[in-house]
Amino acid sequence: MQTHQYEAVIIGAGGAGLMAALYASRHVKTAVISKLYPTRSHTGTAQGGIGAALGNLEEDRPEWHAFDTVKGGDYLSDQDAALVLAEEAVSAVIELEHLGLPFDRTSEGRISQRRFGGHTSGFGGSPVRRACHAADRTGHMILQTLYQQCIKNDVMFFDEYHVIDLIRSGDTVVGVVAININDGKLHVFHSKAVLFATGGWGKVWEITSNAHTLTGDGNAITYRRGVPMQDMEFFQFHPTGIYKMGILITEGVRGEGGVLINDRGERFMERYAPSIKDLASRDVVSRAIYLELEAGRGIKGRRYVHLDVTPETVNRYLAEAGEDRRIDAEYIETRLPDILDFCRTYLGVDPVKEPMPVQPTAHYGMGGIPTDLDGRAVIDGSRTPLPGLYAAGECACVSVHGANRLGTNSLTDLIVFGRRSGKHMAEYCQGADFVPLPDNPAGEVEAELQRICTASGSRKPYEIRAEMQQIMMKHVGVFRTASGMQEALDTVRRLQEQFKTDLVIDDRGQRFNTDLLEAWELGCLLDIAEVTAASALARQESRGAHSRDDFPKRDDEKWMVHTLAYPTDDGGIRLDHNKPVDMSLAEKDERFKAKERVY
Amino acid sequence: MRVTMRIRRFNPEKDQKPYWADYTLDQVEPNDRVLELLHRVKWEQDGTLSFRRSCAHGVCGSDGMRINGVNRLACKVLVNALDSGDHVKIQIEPMLGLHVIKDLIVDMEPFFEHYRSVMPYFVNDDPLPEDGRERLQSPANRAQFDDTTKCILCACCTTSCPSFWANGDYVGPAAIVQAHRFIYDSRDNAAAERLKVLREPDGVWRCRTIFNCTSACPREIEVTRAIAEVKAAMRRGVKHPDPE
Repeated sequence: MQTHQYEAVIIGAGGAGLMAALYASRHVKTAVISKLYPTRSHTGTAQGGIGAALGNLEEDRPEWHAFDTVKGGDYLSDQDAALVLAEEAVSAVIELEHLGLPFDRTSEGRISQRRFGGHTSGFGGSPVRRACHAADRTGHMILQTLYQQCIKNDVMFFDEYHVIDLIRSGDTVVGVVAININDGKLHVFHSKAVLFATGGWGKVWEITSNAHTLTGDGNAITYRRGVPMQDMEFFQFHPTGIYKMGILITEGVRGEGGVLINDRGERFMERYAPSIKDLASRDVVSRAIYLELEAGRGIKGRRYVHLDVTPETVNRYLAEAGEDRRIDAEYIETRLPDILDFCRTYLGVDPVKEPMPVQPTAHYGMGGIPTDLDGRAVIDGSRTPLPGLYAAGECACVSVHGANRLGTNSLTDLIVFGRRSGKHMAEYCQGADFVPLPDNPAGEVEAELQRICTASGSRKPYEIRAEMQQIMMKHVGVFRTASGMQEALDTVRRLQEQFKTDLVIDDRGQRFNTDLLEAWELGCLLDIAEVTAASALARQESRGAHSRDDFPKRDDEKWMVHTLAYPTDDGGIRLDHNKPVDMSLAEKDERFKAKERVY
Repeated sequence: MRVTMRIRRFNPEKDQKPYWADYTLDQVEPNDRVLELLHRVKWEQDGTLSFRRSCAHGVCGSDGMRINGVNRLACKVLVNALDSGDHVKIQIEPMLGLHVIKDLIVDMEPFFEHYRSVMPYFVNDDPLPEDGRERLQSPANRAQFDDTTKCILCACCTTSCPSFWANGDYVGPAAIVQAHRFIYDSRDNAAAERLKVLREPDGVWRCRTIFNCTSACPREIEVTRAIAEVKAAMRRGVKHPDPE
């Protein structure tokens, strides 16, 4: 077994990992380990924009951005974190531009901005142009730019190395175990600090915008080593995924004037969010679509509605709203080229001429590895850090997004908190010594891989995965009830048992054994599904993305707390609700106090 | 409909040489992606079949392969775009010109080495704007390199290029596309150095304007045009041309 020594090890090479790598590698010996080539990371699929109050097209202020983030999060966002996000977003976006990111430009040559759901001016007023964009491939440009800069700065990459375990020694984190996918050999990375930036876990659900590789590895690995998962009941369903496929259609479509229409031809968001209509936050719009479908108003009675961005429709509603702006086909072609391409390729639908069929799609985990403002993992309700462990991006829970993330804030989160984590990690490594590795650090995970490889049961991984995805979609989706969630939890636990005792795979080789690694990833998904269902079942209220038929109201008396889930020695889950939400802005400013959320 | 997938298989751990294997799938929908069919083969019939994939909608660039003789992303080709009828046959093999690691997986290192050779990163050491804000760039200047910002490094272009097949030292169209993205960026200052790299014998002049790269690009980048613009910059010198 080969052992490498790096002061800082970063797992995952999306926006957060690469941003952290740029900062950490300036000061300490750093390695980035990714199961994919870095440019395959899911940051690259983000479309509409990155939120920052630059005010390039109209007045905007970071405190308005912080307010929208807190309100969008249904008051579960930690307010100190929301303020850091909003304030540092401005310098983060400017830094990206200085690194070469090709943003679209205003006529004055400044970074262009567009409207996005839930982003308003003046503490909840009218929609504001805050999303800084590069066509509808902003995430692609961020990922490419950061990777390019890492090459320029000679950052050390281990591409297609799959991290499968965290090594702890007492109360310290001392490294990770990875498998070189190419030849199946295990490698130990001995380090002073480890940053997880492994992204999301949308593959827990059947219909998702997420990549096949988004299996929550970082969250499962750390959880198995005693680190809690926070707020896992909050998983965002994006309102507009392509019908049946789940491919994301950016909220930027509605930002440019697109509207949602039901089978009767109604712009139904007028009923659910009279003020900002189609630009209400995602949880609100997803619920509205779901209720329309339940009421039989899906298109032709099917499980989708229309998203209409044809110039004719957009201009009609712009005129109705008294706006002077009008759009034409060419405008849509330049603003939303990838969306047009997706619809033409996968649906044979041309959005310039006809509406797109959409349904809610599992999109983003608000929960994750709990961290402080510097990306340090914290392991209890009093926010005690675990020395040497960091997390940033979707796999982390700072928590800025609370119970529901606003569009564009995920990219902002990656850059702001990726940068903070990278800086802090470098400082930490400079003042810390290597702690010796325990004996046989890869032993446990090696045995687990061996078990999967030689298992001779009857269930193939895809069968177990499909069953999990279906039950989670049905019962731990947009709307939830106690009995449904219990059924999901029972099913997931039964599937976990099958995974342990009745699994079989075909490939027993060493080289590029994706059969083995997919099976291992399924183990991660099952652990996450279990924690998600258990956390959801325990939270007896409706808030943000967690919406219960049996507890339809938000309960601020009892539930202004984060959920912390820990693994117990007997294989169960312990839930703590002893970590109150940070309300530091509300202490100084009435407007940040929790109140009813109307759009 | 029924589909027979004829897939080029090779696992150097146990195979002496590559071979073709046929897999038949029923109940295929005309608008299924080829990637979905590959998954069905892997999951339902033979888990040893290996290929790369991630996003499954044409953005991450993982699943470039040769489908019915042309380079495509498996997630961006629908069955109905290949053939119709009750029984469709689809032939799949790894991209050409790169060493096969296993089945449809090729060694991407030579490709990324060429990519790195053209300084594929923004260079500008001038002082930052004093107001602490962004550098300015007109929409027209921004438009000059828009097309080449779309590249996802899938290698479909480079591995469809006969000049690259003939000589693996040729930097290839993808690397030139990356160079173009920066050479034509009015904010960047390292065009001269990139052009120096591309002026070498294995640089841009190995392009014989065959247009395979343009047809292969899943992002519809006009690759051959971008290469021609780099050649033009080489003749003209590094000064940024004014946009029309």
